[in-house]
Amino acid sequence: MSDALIQLDGVGVAFAGQPVLQQVQLTVRPGEIVTLIGPNGAGKTTLVRAVLGLLKPDSGTVRRKTRLRIGYMPQKLHVDPTLPLSVLRFLRLVPGVDRAAARAALEEVGAGQVLDSPLQSVSGGELQRVLLARALLRQPELLVLDEPVQGVDVAGQAELYRLITQLRDRHGCGVLMVSHDLHLVMSTTDQVVCLNRHVCCSGHPEQVSNDPAFVELFGQDAKSLAIYHHHHDHSHDLHGAVVESPGLTIHGPAHVHGPGCKH
Amino acid sequence: MPDFLFNALLAGLALALVAGPLGSFVVWRRMAYFGDTLSHAALLGVALGFLLDLSPTLAVTAGCLLLAVLLVTLQQRQPLASDTLLGILAPTTLSLGLVVLSFMDEVRIDLMGYLFGDLLAVGDSDLAWILGGSALVLALLLPLWRRLLAITVHEELARVEGLPVAGLRLALMLLIAVVIAVAMKIVGVLLITSLLIIPAAAAQRHARTPEQMAIGASFLGMLAVAAGLSLSWFQDTPAGPSIVVSAAAIFLAGFALPRRAR
Repeated sequence: MSDALIQLDGVGVAFAGQPVLQQVQLTVRPGEIVTLIGPNGAGKTTLVRAVLGLLKPDSGTVRRKTRLRIGYMPQKLHVDPTLPLSVLRFLRLVPGVDRAAARAALEEVGAGQVLDSPLQSVSGGELQRVLLARALLRQPELLVLDEPVQGVDVAGQAELYRLITQLRDRHGCGVLMVSHDLHLVMSTTDQVVCLNRHVCCSGHPEQVSNDPAFVELFGQDAKSLAIYHHHHDHSHDLHGAVVESPGLTIHGPAHVHGPGCKH
Repeated sequence: MPDFLFNALLAGLALALVAGPLGSFVVWRRMAYFGDTLSHAALLGVALGFLLDLSPTLAVTAGCLLLAVLLVTLQQRQPLASDTLLGILAPTTLSLGLVVLSFMDEVRIDLMGYLFGDLLAVGDSDLAWILGGSALVLALLLPLWRRLLAITVHEELARVEGLPVAGLRLALMLLIAVVIAVAMKIVGVLLITSLLIIPAAAAQRHARTPEQMAIGASFLGMLAVAAGLSLSWFQDTPAGPSIVVSAAAIFLAGFALPRRAR
């Protein structure tokens, strides 16, 4: 697809001989929100790093649109407490940003009040918004958000996800984000990619939540989702594997998730 | 004012001026141990300078630059933690320097001068090296300032935003290497890092921006040089250690002042 912002094909990454990612396919198009979910150690952050170009995959290809402008929101920001840095100054580390632009970006994410505060003194939720503002100041075509709601209370999380959707609508950028929270993500995302070293399943949120591979990974959480979303749009064969239905893609050779399965 | 005192003052002030902003990076990036290692390597540079019949200042500068490159390469190529690596390199280079020097019977050098500095013996050619080196470092540091700050805040974010992080990190290390080579004549191998760190740490408490801290560190460092040299002049104390003691006194005095409201 030539209009894709980023397209990963058969990407594999190994650390010290241990495969962390295998045969990963991923595409993000303009204006599309793609959410990566998966358990701890599933390789979500590794995949994000491959997308960002911080890590070179051992196999497969990563294709970016030429001169793709990426706004990146890292999972954590640790600034040494001895570095006296205001939020304004932090935002102005992006070239060509003046005070007015920094203030506008902060207000857009609802954190205008911390403009002149020391960076180390803002709360967890405010810091997430500041990081989001910095990503926006790059006027990104692709926003990459690694666990954007980490350290934010539940009400704030829903609000942040709404904000991300609004930003997508306003700026028309593609969004790739990593999340743990199934419930909140379901309503705000266009495509869910369920990752556990390989792409277990991907597709629209409702379809993914019915996928046995997904249920296997997330257990009870997935069932409570299924109450809302469950309508059988696919069938299982005799071995319990999903028979493909339109809109839902099972990647790799279809396999039964059973006792012999390591993920 | 006698010539030697004028030279000493000028050399000390020039060094303190560039040590302010670089020392701030050393504090922010927790590179104190890195500075120590480079300064220990300086003595090896001195020894090699005698061996190859080079000017000591040139040999030390080259030695520090080489070690900085070696360190960056080793950090990328093998799994030992940085501080372990530095803990191996620092005593090794210092000892190697002393061993090499002991082989050269015909060379009688004032080891104390290299270990603790010999500021009052700064000659005109030394002064030229010190002023030139300081000016060069300052001229390179200013245009890199914002980018160095960006990689200090978050390296990966800086890399995604298109900054050449590895190159910038190396540039910072090389600048510190030059300052250390220049500083050896002034405070000596064993005291160099103090001139980078103490003024920056003293300025930190009362700074609200990175620039305030850097300029404040330069100012406090220059104050320490002036105070240390006065002490040395009037009480006949060794110049290098007197400067370090003055810097430490300024650092302690900073605690007496109320922290600036944020």
